[in-house]
Amino acid sequence: MKDKFDNEMKLEFISKSSNEAFARVAVAAFAAQLDPTIEELADIKTAVSEAVTNSIIHGYEDKQGLIKVMCRLIDNKIIIEISDKGKGIEDIEAAKEPLYTTKPNLERSGMGFTIIESFMDSMEIESILGLGTKVTMVKTIKEKVENEEQEFQMLTNE
Amino acid sequence: MESKFYEKDKLLVFKMTDEIDDHNVQKIRGKVDYEIERYMPKRIVFDFDNVSFMDSAGIGLMIGRYKFATMIGAKVEMTNVQGSVKKIFEMSGILRLIPIIEDAKAS
Repeated sequence: MKDKFDNEMKLEFISKSSNEAFARVAVAAFAAQLDPTIEELADIKTAVSEAVTNSIIHGYEDKQGLIKVMCRLIDNKIIIEISDKGKGIEDIEAAKEPLYTTKPNLERSGMGFTIIESFMDSMEIESILGLGTKVTMVKTIKEKVENEEQEFQMLTNE
Repeated sequence: MESKFYEKDKLLVFKMTDEIDDHNVQKIRGKVDYEIERYMPKRIVFDFDNVSFMDSAGIGLMIGRYKFATMIGAKVEMTNVQGSVKKIFEMSGILRLIPIIEDAKAS
């Protein structure tokens, strides 16, 4: 990976659930520079929402703490890092399993990480008990110009 | 969110609006459960036409309402489920319990 990014931004906010919408909308506005489709943008918003919600609900539980969101653009890729200094994840592999939740009484679906994994190209979780969790996710925004050219070629070949 | 009760069919329709996430879901849950208890419907339809965003909080919301409805003997369905909302519901396996239908009134 190059050590220089085309663009970069950082957000920091306290772990209030009203900031879930703020975080996903801010990241989507930043990602808009890559000219994503509505669907790609929805994928990014959903993934950010899941990770930020995890930090609030599981990382900090009822305590207040800071959540950091770092976004980098490199070529047509967006790299998003969401981190907290919360309690950490005991068993990362279990947490990634669909329907796994440590809070079933609160109507949690246990689908957060599964959704991030399938909506983004890649997801990596680093977590240390008592110190916090960092989720890194990457999505490549597909070139639309190429697609139009391909479509044009396909049409002209016929 | 608006709701409408059709007495003849004992049908309760919820027009879901805006964003369904962890922050909003508690309020939505309270309102929905209140209306269900008030009308005791036989059939409940959630219309997602005006939902601009939903994350996994929506899955928990629907599973919870499904359980509640089953307890009172009501059937639950969804309509106008599109785009990423549909992707999320498909991924969760919830559509086996709560099917997507074309139109709220056609039974």
